[in-house]
Amino acid sequence: MHRILEARFLAPDIKLFRIEAPKIARKRRAGQFVIVRVTADGERIPLTIADGDPEAGWIALIVQGVGKTTRLLNTLEAGDAIQDVAGPLGAPSHVENFGTAVVIGGGVGTAIAWPTAVALKQAGNRVISIIGGRTRELVILEDEMRRVADEVHPTTDDGSYGFHGLVTDKLQQLLDEGRTIDFVLAIGPVPMMRAVAEVTRPHGIRTVVSLNPIMVDGTGMCGGCRVEVGGETRFACVDGPEFDAHQVDYELLALRNRAYVEFERARLEEFERRRHEGPCRLERQLEELGREDAGSATPRA
Amino acid sequence: MAEFLPPKERRLIPRQEMPEQDPRERIRNFAEVNLGLTPELAIREAQRCLGCKNPKCVEGCPVGIRIRDFIFAIVEEKFDEAARIIKQDNSLPAICGRVCPQEEQCEKLCIVGKRDRPVAIGWLERFVADHERERGIPDPEPPARRSGRRVAVVGSGPAGLSCATDLARMGHEVVVFEALHELGGVLVYGIPEFRLPKEIVRAEIDQLRKMGVRFETNTVIGLTATVDELLGSEGFDAVFLGVGAGLPRFLGVPGENLIGIYSANEFLTRVNLMQAWREDADTPVLDVAGRDVAVFGGGNTAMDAVRTSLRLGARSAKIIYRRSEAEMPARNEEIAHAREEGVEFVLLTNPLRFDGDENGRVRSVTLQRMELGEPDDSGRRRPVPVPGSEYVEPIDLAVVAIGNSPNPLIGRTTGDIAHTRWGTIVADEKTGRTTRRGVFAGGDIVTGGATVILAMGAGRRAARAIDEFLTTGVWDDPQVAHGTG
Repeated sequence: MHRILEARFLAPDIKLFRIEAPKIARKRRAGQFVIVRVTADGERIPLTIADGDPEAGWIALIVQGVGKTTRLLNTLEAGDAIQDVAGPLGAPSHVENFGTAVVIGGGVGTAIAWPTAVALKQAGNRVISIIGGRTRELVILEDEMRRVADEVHPTTDDGSYGFHGLVTDKLQQLLDEGRTIDFVLAIGPVPMMRAVAEVTRPHGIRTVVSLNPIMVDGTGMCGGCRVEVGGETRFACVDGPEFDAHQVDYELLALRNRAYVEFERARLEEFERRRHEGPCRLERQLEELGREDAGSATPRA
Repeated sequence: MAEFLPPKERRLIPRQEMPEQDPRERIRNFAEVNLGLTPELAIREAQRCLGCKNPKCVEGCPVGIRIRDFIFAIVEEKFDEAARIIKQDNSLPAICGRVCPQEEQCEKLCIVGKRDRPVAIGWLERFVADHERERGIPDPEPPARRSGRRVAVVGSGPAGLSCATDLARMGHEVVVFEALHELGGVLVYGIPEFRLPKEIVRAEIDQLRKMGVRFETNTVIGLTATVDELLGSEGFDAVFLGVGAGLPRFLGVPGENLIGIYSANEFLTRVNLMQAWREDADTPVLDVAGRDVAVFGGGNTAMDAVRTSLRLGARSAKIIYRRSEAEMPARNEEIAHAREEGVEFVLLTNPLRFDGDENGRVRSVTLQRMELGEPDDSGRRRPVPVPGSEYVEPIDLAVVAIGNSPNPLIGRTTGDIAHTRWGTIVADEKTGRTTRRGVFAGGDIVTGGATVILAMGAGRRAARAIDEFLTTGVWDDPQVAHGTG
């Protein structure tokens, strides 16, 4: 069991957890992830490690509540515990001094991009960060990014904050201004990553994306996370999760990510229905799931 | 007590039949197919043993169980004594009695088998182990001495468990590291409930716990900690690597990444480990009910996958294999069970490509007939395509069960451990010694995909060698036949 030291919402449905995990905290490097099981009979989900402290022995995870498991996780508070956390998994980000590096995060993708932005800065890069969201409250980690990046450009699709437009519009603007860009890291929804790849391709800028396929074990054993990169089948969990943005078959990735969409929707609806039947019911359910402390499980609905 | 019959009368007893669930019934549940021998059946079967002076059967057993002695104990109705005899050489008899390919090992060499069907050694082993477990296994005896030495066992599959058992008996402190959240490796994620109930694996692991073995789950050696750290800051005196063959192989044909094409590892992991067959499971498996399933491969894993698909309600379930039945690596019993359950065997047939619909779901496979040509490196006749024999088979789900490649995680993070050009770890066959002092390896990570019992044999040999190394401090470099690359 891994105790939660801190839990707070960064945006509606996006929550940051600091979790006790001393071994993982000692080993983790930017770009790596963990596999989490929230309860003793839950599914295994991959979550990127957003931050960590090897001395204090914690890692940070930033979770967007999109399905049953992530919503359940987001009901947990400091003092609660998570059943299983395995990692750090995947290959670390390839970090070197490229010159000027643009780090692009879309929505919760910013959480995944943030640790690599830190590593890029430490490696001597000039770091420009573009962090986008549909609307103002979905732009996360701006203060954290400002602490590491030389420039931060928040963008919103609806113009409610920062640059009015997509992250790719901002990237295009920088290129049109004649800015030198040596490296781009883009992490976010599949269409966003694909669009970034198309913006940088004509300029020949080295571009990397972090892929988020469905995983089960996360150690190379099942092959469920296979993606096609440059026409070759690769396993995101051991060969990635980062790959050359210009070589990825995004259409296949998007299709494969929808493989269980009906099942996921049904599970989520069932979860939300039960949750709205009242906190007592949820507490009972969590207790049945073997939680140590169900007392603080009142949902913030 | 049952009597020992004169040899002539022994020969008159036919091989007893294993009671099993009716095929029509069992394809609707995940409960075990073989129900186990009753004491009466077991004694009757044991009476068939000729009690050879120089028993050949033992030579066929990778862990050298004193087969004749335990069978005689069954005849004498000393079932606990039989269990004690088996456990001197095999720490996991309830598992081996179920999943060992006995027809290729002990039973193949049984003298009774020359004229009649051999003594059902595997079923008797299982009977003895089950009988003991059902009555409550006595707590294991503590080791006679404590060595004060610590051994890290990496992987909790058959190789790791058997190695850990022997090391604990020898008085060493053992910690087993497992990457997944549950212990047992392939015994829990791979082999289905209907062939090996998980409860049995848990009971065997509980025995190890009682012997003082500690288990750490969710620990991926190579990532959470490296072998260097185990031998350094973590303070272990030796390491055994029994991590299995990790990465599933695919066919390498177009369309293979369509939705609905699983590796056997993924399909079985979803259903077995993650319990996707349960109504309330959080881990999904693509809907198989009323659909057409094709499983590629001819080994035990292929049989496990195809029979699992039937239990999930498949309308049709096919084994598609490029050689003939004679070359199939699966145990005879698994092939027979699959056939009884309605699995269709499409032999001498090879996939050329998969095609899907607009949602990326697989809809059909293009197949090609093969014929057997000259023998290949493996000694089996090589399948060669029959020109013009291509045809399209509609399918809704495909499972690829053609084996695994070794997982690269340990090699990536640990120097000094030589790998072969196939990615397996170079290790001495007799001792499991790798090219790195203090590090031993055994099981599929050394041999490539093999069997539970071979992995257990390797684990036990390594345990002896580790004990010797810890006692004497002498390290010889491994004797290996094949080159590294």
